[in-house]
Amino acid sequence: MGRKLTFEIFRYTPLDPASTPHMQQYTLEEHPSMTLFIALNQIREMHDATLQFDFCCRAGICGSCGMVINGRPGLACHTQTRDLQDHITLHPLPVFKLLGDLSVDTGTWFRNVGTKIESWIHTNKEFDPEAQEERMDNALANRIFELDRCVECGCCVAACGTARMREDFIGATAINRLARFYIDPRDNRTPADYYDLIGDDNGVFGCMGLLACDNVCPKQIPLQDQLGIMRRMSTLESVRGILPEFLRKKLQGCGHIEA
Amino acid sequence: MQTFYCDVLCMGAGLAGERVAVEAAQAGFKVICLSIVPPRRSHSSAAQGGMQAALGNSIMGEGDCPEIHFKDTVKGSDWGCDQEVARLFATTAPIAMREMAWMGVPWNRVVAGEHTYYKGGKPFQATEKAENEGLIHSRAFGGTAKWRTCYTSDGTGHAVLFTLDNRMLQLGVEVHDRMQAEALVHDGGHCLGCVARNLRTGELTGYFARATLIATGGFGRIYRATTNAVICDGGGQITALDTGIVPLGNMEAVQFHPTGTVPTDILVTEGCRGDGGTLLDVNEYRFMPDYEPEKAELASRDVVSRRMTEHMRKGFGVKSPYGEHLWLDIRHLGEQHITTNLREVYDICTHFLGVDPIRQLIPVRPTQHYSMGGVRVNKDGHAYGLEGLFAAGEAACWDMHGFNRLGGNSLAETVVAGRIVGKKIVEFLQGKDAGSFTARHMNAAAGAVRERIDALRRGTGEDCYALRNAMQDVMMEYVGIFRNGKDLQTGVNKLQEILERCKNMSLKGGGRPGPDGELAMALRVPGMVRLALCVAYGALMRTESRGAHAREDYPERNDKDWLTRTLAYWKEGDTLPTLKYEPATPFFILPPGDRGYGGGKIIPGESIVEDKLLPFGQDA
Repeated sequence: MGRKLTFEIFRYTPLDPASTPHMQQYTLEEHPSMTLFIALNQIREMHDATLQFDFCCRAGICGSCGMVINGRPGLACHTQTRDLQDHITLHPLPVFKLLGDLSVDTGTWFRNVGTKIESWIHTNKEFDPEAQEERMDNALANRIFELDRCVECGCCVAACGTARMREDFIGATAINRLARFYIDPRDNRTPADYYDLIGDDNGVFGCMGLLACDNVCPKQIPLQDQLGIMRRMSTLESVRGILPEFLRKKLQGCGHIEA
Repeated sequence: MQTFYCDVLCMGAGLAGERVAVEAAQAGFKVICLSIVPPRRSHSSAAQGGMQAALGNSIMGEGDCPEIHFKDTVKGSDWGCDQEVARLFATTAPIAMREMAWMGVPWNRVVAGEHTYYKGGKPFQATEKAENEGLIHSRAFGGTAKWRTCYTSDGTGHAVLFTLDNRMLQLGVEVHDRMQAEALVHDGGHCLGCVARNLRTGELTGYFARATLIATGGFGRIYRATTNAVICDGGGQITALDTGIVPLGNMEAVQFHPTGTVPTDILVTEGCRGDGGTLLDVNEYRFMPDYEPEKAELASRDVVSRRMTEHMRKGFGVKSPYGEHLWLDIRHLGEQHITTNLREVYDICTHFLGVDPIRQLIPVRPTQHYSMGGVRVNKDGHAYGLEGLFAAGEAACWDMHGFNRLGGNSLAETVVAGRIVGKKIVEFLQGKDAGSFTARHMNAAAGAVRERIDALRRGTGEDCYALRNAMQDVMMEYVGIFRNGKDLQTGVNKLQEILERCKNMSLKGGGRPGPDGELAMALRVPGMVRLALCVAYGALMRTESRGAHAREDYPERNDKDWLTRTLAYWKEGDTLPTLKYEPATPFFILPPGDRGYGGGKIIPGESIVEDKLLPFGQDA
């Protein structure tokens, strides 16, 4: 016999006139290796077919199932019930538009921010099907992938003090995304270009340094470092022509992560 | 009903859908992509291992070329593939990989100098050439003569999908996510778009398009134990089958991956074995070399999965509360390799299994993984039966995989076929007038979907979950890795009965306003049962063993009678598909022969007439 688990789950469907925000309780018997993916599907299939939540890969890869688990944003699919107490509280991620119960609209948010920060390689080169690929250092490829691993689950945004107060704040995920392009030699954007995109208080200067983003990231992406790197780059860009150039250059290299 | 107009409608925004969308958008056409989930959550993102392309940059890939890649692919398919398509694929793959590098994929690169690699658990030294430093690297995968699989750590699908989706943002391609296609709109000869249900609001939405693409991935969820994401329910194939005029090809060809983990069925990549991992039994004995002296763990997936099942049937499985399994051992690859090149595997093991793969064995067993079958298209990706309907990727039966696809070939197929089919769609559109859309066919299709929703609201029978589970149990029990006539007949009978029960399906939640996830599933289940019937009935009628289709009562590959592709049509009101057959390939570059692994027996066909034989470099 496993433990008896009590789930307290936020319920509200904005489009249903009969729906009002409330918490609803469900009880389940715990099984070995039970994850929140298994538990929530059991609740929907056996107890309440109206319960809404999002899963896709159920393997911690796609980022669909971000939710607030006992007060902390995380991926439901790779949360094991055995790591939680027998009373489990689930809320939808804040900041994102609520669609129903635990389901929020991360898709629209990420598309908007991706367009805003121009999340693509900026190059003047045309693709030549006849040519060999341009060479790249493997260590650099690994560094780019390290930052490219973000699954856009939205946990860092939901945990962010600034994002809760400031609707247009782009969040650690977008700053990390630009940090990825910043180290990619295929992208020809300059510090001045990046400054135009994120050199304000909806960008790197909006971050209050609480760094919950770094704590909750399910992929353990070094968000704190990326915030620091992009903020220093932007700060030094903002004093171009004010600070002597030799000093500016010197500071730019300071602390920059090495390959 | 809100209705949208576009030149190209892509149902599905995974790798294949987005690659086609990018091609059409680059040519200046208006493209709309529909997706059940935000595009970056598509199941393409879960593909770990890599993409096969004969770049030949690495020392273990030296001397590789499209012709060798082609031959591996044909052998892998057990001669079930279309050789013209397989050749087209193999010759385009290197270009497609380089193009993805140009777009921004951080492929792993060759590092010159001496390296320690592993083969079958044993280390060996190899020296990468200085002149290839920094070019795209490759790793070993099953069933290949060369190390050919381009990769980004073990997050290749993720890295390529994010890069393509970045390109989509750059081109400003419209994406409608949380949109589930329910029916194609057509006039009996031309495809005109689709009717979709908005998963944000629950409302039906119409899409008129001059060209429609099905790129919705596989249908693994007709099985209970599958590595596939929960959205891989065959939605695109169902809409094609429901037209009654578009056939599905080779639906009985279902791949079981050797290393689904126990108990979650989450995949760990073939890269584990490619990089030198081994399979062990209950005695921690490495058994694969006994069955496959040449390729061992790196025979094709169908062969390794069968050998594993055979070995467990002999009593060498590891007993567990979740059924029997075997072990995957990657401990000897070391912490550095596992936490960089197999880092997703490391995460999956630690998060989901509580296993530390650096020090412990990983519990694995063969698990449903890939659908070789799908919407039957010609070499241009144009569907049989309806002009203006295309398909690409896993959703399609193009057909380069035949009865078994090689690891690393399907991920490559998404961007290669996407590139080719995208260009063909552009040609198709350029040769046509803007065309006009009439509301009549749209209204008919939307009306039929509404009627299905109303019927669900009236239903008094079982709910969609019970019926889906019943179907999955039948597929697991009777249509698995090893098949026989008696079980398949039982499976077909039971599925027909489940299909009948679907007619009175009810909604437990009552059908509330808004997204209503239960209704979304309920709309899918009858179609999934029809797909399951295409698989089971196709398997019953194919009285031979070829690739992943293994009949215990017909163990030989029969080239005399079955060098064919199954085409399944579904006529309205029927309880079984109508099966037709066509030749597997228009010509042979590689005539049927022994695969070199698997040990299967062959009933030879008649010798191939000369005008059906072509050299690799010559067009038909």
